[in-house]
Amino acid sequence: MSAHLVATALGAALAVVPLVCGLWGLLARGRPAALTLGVGGAALTLVAAIVLVSTVDGPVESRLEIVNFGNLPVTVGVRLDATVALVAVAVAAVALAVQVYSTAYLRDDDRYAPYAAQVSLFTGAMLTVVVAGDLIMLLAGWEVMGVCSYLLIAHDRTLPQAPAAAVKAFLVTRVGDVGFLLGIVLLGLHAGSFRLADVLAPGVLTPAMTTAVCLLLLAGVAGKSAQFPLHTWLPDAMAGPTPISALIHAATMVAAGVYVVFRLYPLFTASNAALWVLAAIAAVTMLLGALSALGQEDIKRVLAWSTVSQIAYMVAALAIAAPAAALFHLLTHAAFKALLFLAAGSVIHAVGTNLMTGMGGLRRAMPVTFWCFTIGLGALVGLPPLAGFFSKDEILYAAAQGHGGRALLIYLAGLVTVFVTGLYASLLWLRVFFGPVPAGAHPHEPPPAMAWPVILLAVPSALLGFAALSPWFAHALGAQETFTLHAAALAPLPFALLGVAAGVWWWRLRPAEPAAVLGPLRPVFAAGFHLDAVQDTLVVRPVRALARGARRADESLVDGIVEGTGESTVELGTAVANAHRGGVPRALTAVLSGAVVLGVAAVAITQGWW
Amino acid sequence: MLLTAVLVIPALGALVAALVPARFDRAGRVVAAVAAALTLVAAALLAVDRDPPPDGVLRPWHQVDLAWVPSLDLRWHVGVDGISYPLVVLTALLTLLCAGFTVARVPGGRHGRHLAALLLVIEVGILGTFLALDLVLFFVFFEVVLLPMFAVIAVWGGPGRRHAARKFVLYTLLGSVLLLVGVFTVVVGAGTADLVALSDGAGATMTYGTQLAAFVLLAIAFAVKSPLWPLHTWLPDAHTEAPTVGSVILAGVLLKMGTYGLIRVAVGVAPDAARDVAPTLGVLAVAAILVGSLVCLAQTELKRLIAYSSVGHMGFVLLGIATLSPAGVRAALVANIAHGVITGLLFFLAGAIKDRAHTGDLAALGGLRETAPALSGLLGYAAIASLGLPGLAGFWGEAFAVLAAMQRGGPLWTTLGVLGAVGGALTAAYFLRLLRRVTHGEATPAVAGLGDAGRLSRAELWAWAPLVALTLVLGVAPALVVAVADAPVTALTGVVAAE
Repeated sequence: MSAHLVATALGAALAVVPLVCGLWGLLARGRPAALTLGVGGAALTLVAAIVLVSTVDGPVESRLEIVNFGNLPVTVGVRLDATVALVAVAVAAVALAVQVYSTAYLRDDDRYAPYAAQVSLFTGAMLTVVVAGDLIMLLAGWEVMGVCSYLLIAHDRTLPQAPAAAVKAFLVTRVGDVGFLLGIVLLGLHAGSFRLADVLAPGVLTPAMTTAVCLLLLAGVAGKSAQFPLHTWLPDAMAGPTPISALIHAATMVAAGVYVVFRLYPLFTASNAALWVLAAIAAVTMLLGALSALGQEDIKRVLAWSTVSQIAYMVAALAIAAPAAALFHLLTHAAFKALLFLAAGSVIHAVGTNLMTGMGGLRRAMPVTFWCFTIGLGALVGLPPLAGFFSKDEILYAAAQGHGGRALLIYLAGLVTVFVTGLYASLLWLRVFFGPVPAGAHPHEPPPAMAWPVILLAVPSALLGFAALSPWFAHALGAQETFTLHAAALAPLPFALLGVAAGVWWWRLRPAEPAAVLGPLRPVFAAGFHLDAVQDTLVVRPVRALARGARRADESLVDGIVEGTGESTVELGTAVANAHRGGVPRALTAVLSGAVVLGVAAVAITQGWW
Repeated sequence: MLLTAVLVIPALGALVAALVPARFDRAGRVVAAVAAALTLVAAALLAVDRDPPPDGVLRPWHQVDLAWVPSLDLRWHVGVDGISYPLVVLTALLTLLCAGFTVARVPGGRHGRHLAALLLVIEVGILGTFLALDLVLFFVFFEVVLLPMFAVIAVWGGPGRRHAARKFVLYTLLGSVLLLVGVFTVVVGAGTADLVALSDGAGATMTYGTQLAAFVLLAIAFAVKSPLWPLHTWLPDAHTEAPTVGSVILAGVLLKMGTYGLIRVAVGVAPDAARDVAPTLGVLAVAAILVGSLVCLAQTELKRLIAYSSVGHMGFVLLGIATLSPAGVRAALVANIAHGVITGLLFFLAGAIKDRAHTGDLAALGGLRETAPALSGLLGYAAIASLGLPGLAGFWGEAFAVLAAMQRGGPLWTTLGVLGAVGGALTAAYFLRLLRRVTHGEATPAVAGLGDAGRLSRAELWAWAPLVALTLVLGVAPALVVAVADAPVTALTGVVAAE
């Protein structure tokens, strides 16, 4: 077998194996079968991804036409290179960690079987996006991910807010996807094909059309990657089970938007306007996310807002033409954020609440979780030598080296966000693991199936940064030159340390309720700057009113005419029938007058009177 | 031979089932189901040994052309090609599922054999409509469907059945009158009723005025059937009050007589007029998409919601047709079939839920996944398919109808494409609202006490499994519909495009 064929088969297997396991799992009965399919499928996928990393070198592309809409073929196929393989490994590794973790986390859940199957389906859909060589295939993975996210957020039947959060997550992203679909349609129409290779060919689009397409695609990206103004669904999505938050709402799906921009990057570099929009979205979102994280009491919501903020760093890197840095941060973030969520799940599991007011002093009872959590938070803040330090600093270094307003905007927003990140991360760390243990709590380490995924994820969270020093890795991410440590790259570090110091100070000031230091700003941050209310007023309520109006108009106006016609016909008929129901004299009179009228008419016509 | 069998088997089956004495009611239903199964086999085999004539726009794979009423020059001309074949198979499949379902369950428990017989008569009418290659014959078959469907709604329907049945029959009769006038305008204007000849250029010999008159008459007639906003209001009543099998046939295939007629008859016969009227059709189609979805968003009854969703979905089909482009007509054909499969399934599920909970009021339903997980899961699957998830059947037609509109370009069509895409988001909104109301949350009193009734019966499994599978298969392989229709659609749109 040729290398090309092997790579194609591996790429196809990445998407097909979990999808088949997922569909099969939906029909499977009983926990053992579901568990085998879920964990086994994820393990197999990870193996395929690792083999792919070690074998793929140059770009590999293969395709199969599945349907042709008249000179417009739709294909399924893979477009693989080392970057794709690396992202696939990250997705598959987190998916396996989550599948294993879930076996313990959902031990007593009677709906574990559909849950595991939906996680498999999700994994397959995400990997479809990762390997896709055709935009329609990519769109399919993109939407299936959204549906799995919807299903899994609504999984928990004990949480009354879960169904609403699920609907919100799907609909907000779906609104963005209107633009995404239109962008893909325009690309396909201009290129005469949906293949990435064809749509990226130079000269396909005019400059104006490039901007239009990029902005349309960005609507979908903002929805999926929870960027302003379509980020509002992500904090609510924390109603989903914690492993789902780790997999879908932190490590993989929300990063898919960034990945898609990366895949279509030549389009974006061709449009200055699109890059500016990216920069603006990134700057607003990273600050908004970090500040909102500061106001949260729920540990998962802190992490959710932190995800919003961290993905904005990736978007920022894309805005300043540093796609390799964006992808690097995507990989490190996948590791440390999955770690943080899974470890948070262990904490929640141990204390039985999501609220940080119910936590404290857990470092003694849960030392392993504590150390893993510490590594994760350190990586998030960007402390050397943890992974996040390298990737985030690579982005800020690129911004510092860049010229023009875009780079400056990103650099300033990035530095402030580094400070705020240090602040909220250290507060979380102190409130959960230090101080007094709440009365009545008996925290304990989680079972091995939950502990091991966390421990294993701590390894890349700590060490993945060093990969940056390897030329192979930099090349695989498409960087022009090997990542190196620059003196200038150390500039953000003081901001991070300052943030951590501020956190310690706040915590000493108000150990039970550090957010109170914020004063009147606290409710604003806690409510995510009230953007939910804005969205409700501007979109949700008008659409609801419109729907009610449409229904009323349809029933009383459009159908009213129909029913009215029917009724008046019946009335007319009844009236005529009644008129015919008179007594003999009246009937006789009618017949005679009829005869007279007819006679006169006959005479009139024959005589030609008119 | 097969063509004749496709029409004769259900007719004979209906006759036998209807004549069976009342005490052998079940046997009558079984006979009907067997006839439906044989019809499906015959219909599927139509794709074998295709033998189309070498040239022409309408090139049937098989045809039968016999003198019928020689003194009036009426011919029995039937045939099948790539546009009609998927619809023929879908009709035969849905009728089989409904007839099979009727063996196990009769709404109201009375006269099951008559219901089954009527389903077969309806099948004859629908299949005849799809197969007819003579305009007068087309009209006759088109009308055959009407009265049996009236009876199905009026006898086996819900509480408001009489009003709904009357409205259905009067409204569609109005359409039929226009169809009749349209047919005779064409026959007189072009001098032939033969669809093959008409599509091959005989239709284009009519003066433009005649073409326009014929197209408008035919288009309104088909718009009532499809239905196109604002001629749709018979549909929610009829679909809501009809028994489950009636709703499945109504939504699944009966509506397709309208869209099929529009493609084959109206556009095929009067291409020049079609070109000029297309923008109006497109605007109305998008209005249907938006109004249909908005009404669904404020709807409070389960079956009525699904009925209204048909208005929106058929809007996408009509938008595809209105573009008159290769991509648009292909999208319309695949959306037609997808809607038949998915909405058929949705009506089966809605019927099953209403049978169990004894209410279709969304406020009284809730928490279905607690007491009937399989039913609730299937409802979720069908709803997600219906909202156009890529990978399932509903996606292709809707996405490519939008694409076709964007492809036409210009301010009008671009706007229509964008609004169509927005309609897609609204569709998601109302289906998720439906799922949230019906499946999530705590079980309401109507749902809580289901117990063993929450499980699926064997008849339900058998009737639904093909639709579930087909939804996935068409989602992965839309070429099943698109590829067989490739040649005829290319020929047809070629004629329209040629000035």
